[in-house]
Amino acid sequence: MIPEIGHFALVLSLLLAISQAVFSLGGAARGHTGWMAAGRSAVVGQFVFVTVAFGALTYAFVQRDFSVLYVATNSNSQLPLLFRVAAVWGAHEGSLLLWSLCLAGWSLAVTAFSTSLDAPFRSRVIGILGLISIGFQLFMLMTSNPFERLVPAASEGQDLNPLLQDFALAIHPPILYLGYVGFAVAFAFACATLLEGRLDAAWARWTRPWTLAAWMFLTVGIALGSWWAYYELGWGGWWFWDPVENASFMPWLAGTALIHSLAVTEKRGLFKSWTLLLAVTAFSLSLLGTFLVRSGVLISVHAFATDPARGIFILGFLVAVIGGALLLYAWRAPRLKSAAGFEITSRESFLLFNNAFLVAALGLILLGTLYPLFMDALELGKVSVGPPYFELVFLVPMLPLLTLLGVGMHAAWKRGLLGSARTRLLSIAAAAIVIALIAGAAVYGEIRPLTTIGFALALWVMGSSLAIVVVRLRTRLPIPGAVLGMVIAHFGIGLSTLGITGVQSFKIEQDVALAVGDAATVGGYDFRLTALKDVQGPNYLAVEGEVVVSRNGEPVTTLHPQKRLYNSGGNAMTEAGIEVGAGRDLFAALGDDLGQGRWSLRLQYKPLIRYIWLGALLIALGGGIAALDRRYRRSVVARDAVTAAAAAAGTQ
Amino acid sequence: MKIPLRFVVPALVFAALVGFFIVGLRLNPGEIQSPLIGKPAPAFSIESLGDPARQVGSADFPGKPWLLNVWATWCAGCREEHETLLAIASENRVPLMGLNWRDDRALALGWLDQLGNPYVSVAFDPDGSTAIDWGVYGAPETFLVGADGLVLRKHIGPLTMAVWERDFVPLLAPAGEG
Repeated sequence: MIPEIGHFALVLSLLLAISQAVFSLGGAARGHTGWMAAGRSAVVGQFVFVTVAFGALTYAFVQRDFSVLYVATNSNSQLPLLFRVAAVWGAHEGSLLLWSLCLAGWSLAVTAFSTSLDAPFRSRVIGILGLISIGFQLFMLMTSNPFERLVPAASEGQDLNPLLQDFALAIHPPILYLGYVGFAVAFAFACATLLEGRLDAAWARWTRPWTLAAWMFLTVGIALGSWWAYYELGWGGWWFWDPVENASFMPWLAGTALIHSLAVTEKRGLFKSWTLLLAVTAFSLSLLGTFLVRSGVLISVHAFATDPARGIFILGFLVAVIGGALLLYAWRAPRLKSAAGFEITSRESFLLFNNAFLVAALGLILLGTLYPLFMDALELGKVSVGPPYFELVFLVPMLPLLTLLGVGMHAAWKRGLLGSARTRLLSIAAAAIVIALIAGAAVYGEIRPLTTIGFALALWVMGSSLAIVVVRLRTRLPIPGAVLGMVIAHFGIGLSTLGITGVQSFKIEQDVALAVGDAATVGGYDFRLTALKDVQGPNYLAVEGEVVVSRNGEPVTTLHPQKRLYNSGGNAMTEAGIEVGAGRDLFAALGDDLGQGRWSLRLQYKPLIRYIWLGALLIALGGGIAALDRRYRRSVVARDAVTAAAAAAGTQ
Repeated sequence: MKIPLRFVVPALVFAALVGFFIVGLRLNPGEIQSPLIGKPAPAFSIESLGDPARQVGSADFPGKPWLLNVWATWCAGCREEHETLLAIASENRVPLMGLNWRDDRALALGWLDQLGNPYVSVAFDPDGSTAIDWGVYGAPETFLVGADGLVLRKHIGPLTMAVWERDFVPLLAPAGEG
């Protein structure tokens, strides 16, 4: 019964999404207040019914209702509660439901917090969000119904993919989706603007906090995914340039470019059509990511649900949404004029460079991700593009980007003068280079060009960020949320750069074969396998190794890597044993039983790796603080609008 | 009104991408062939599902092509393809061996009793050790082994008559009729 209620709620929410789109867009076009109000009510109704559907599916999982096909395929009676809940979005159908829930949530938030927008514009935004909801819910009901019954019911479920039975991965999809779907808000704002054919500073100011919030979630989502891959996949890598990772990274790059270009559009009324294009692009890449992952057009370790029929539907949806938005852009954007000019060392100019480099990186990653598809489609053979390509094409735009970032933060709008900042920046740069050289030589015993550049850039960006705070404190200038957020996020970029440089330059990875009692030395640490025992988990059996790590005879830590065999079958899963440290991680993963009591082990020494994720969290925190800046709040916006209107009236 | 070209470029780029996607969807890159294709079928000899005392295995059909179908009672796709398997068995073209994978003996026998038994024999692999040799990562999976003992084809997911006619029958023709 409960699954049927869920199914029914889904049908109702589709109908409400249709009314949301029709009444909002129709009402805005005809200037009909009643219709526009009906559209807003539909948003609330849609949210309620999607929540009911989501609740019904969660209930089916919690109650182990194996008469529901999706539940039987993705959970198991032995699966612990946390993972039974997380299993709701563990595969394709439930992921879509989660996506719909996120979209309904964002739509509700936009509707609730946009009362000061003018009514037709607000309705157009809501209507466009409704159109996107229609697409997703039709997709679900037509090709991927999570409530499909299994007759006769299974007595036992198959189990959630063991790779996904992990805390970080349980919360990774919801956060990532909040990011992906959040870009729908910026997209809807952009399309509504194009429909109306006018764009002012208020538009950019309205779009900024929404974009920042979505971008913040996406940042955390990507960082969680990377962290998970590090300790769960057993390779100890933190980024693989896998198509699915790229699918989440490309919208992030577009979103990063967008939040910077929005700043220029808001402050200076420049880059208008470019900003709109980025807003369309960021969400388009989120949808494209879904298409790539779900359709089976690209192969990936992540593609746990692929089906060409679904692919055709998503492609049709992509054409309608992205194609429609881009045609609208081609038609309307030429009308938007950016009048003012700016000097080469003004902040606008630095943000222009920021956008150029980010979009270059984005384009090259997109090319690499789709290149195998192009080659295959043109019958030029099956190729794969690997990390060597991506690492190079990512590094090339990132080096100048980070270099300019440090200066750009201190540059003033419009004027081309760095003024007193010049001396300050030169000393920070000099200090960064000297410290990078000394650190490389003293701590790691060698100086390598790329490592030194990486450390110097990291220190440069962090120092330059901190300098903003120091200067403001010294001159008793206030530090508003937007500035504080910027400083924290950029400091985080520096910190991540530090971590990436450290790991990529000085990591030591070694695969060894050890019997109990044997030891191997990695990076000055002795890893001794002291015991092997069997461990019984709730739904798996594991072999657990005890690895005692010591340095110069002094014990450092004991690691407990596991190799798990889940009762439901499938490949063995690796749970790495990791000792977390401020300066380095020590990592041991159990490989295969080589016979005669010997096991293969992967031992790793990972300097500074923590700072990659710590930096990412700071980046997200910065985004969050900036999104909460006073300026974006309703009353302030309303007051400013009044001031602006008065000023405009005064000049006439 | 004339639209400057630079505003149309994004739409054109997207249109080109869609063209590639349409071609790409037809190509089905998921169709990575099993590394076993063209290699000798992994040998096994394990107990029969119906009779624990009897051994069944890869050497049961010397000099003849045969099918190995991996199934289990917990697998929804296996239920889905069962009619197809019965139809293939009734054609009497090629013997069908079942590999009952990570399953319960009583449940599996009940399933065959209830739904009909398309298999000449069924190997019982409760711990999945034989399935690992065959590179099985889900059920159902179906392998065609040629008369020379080489694996000719692997199908992942429920078998349908369409797939059978398209992917399997042409491989049988030379051995059966030629």
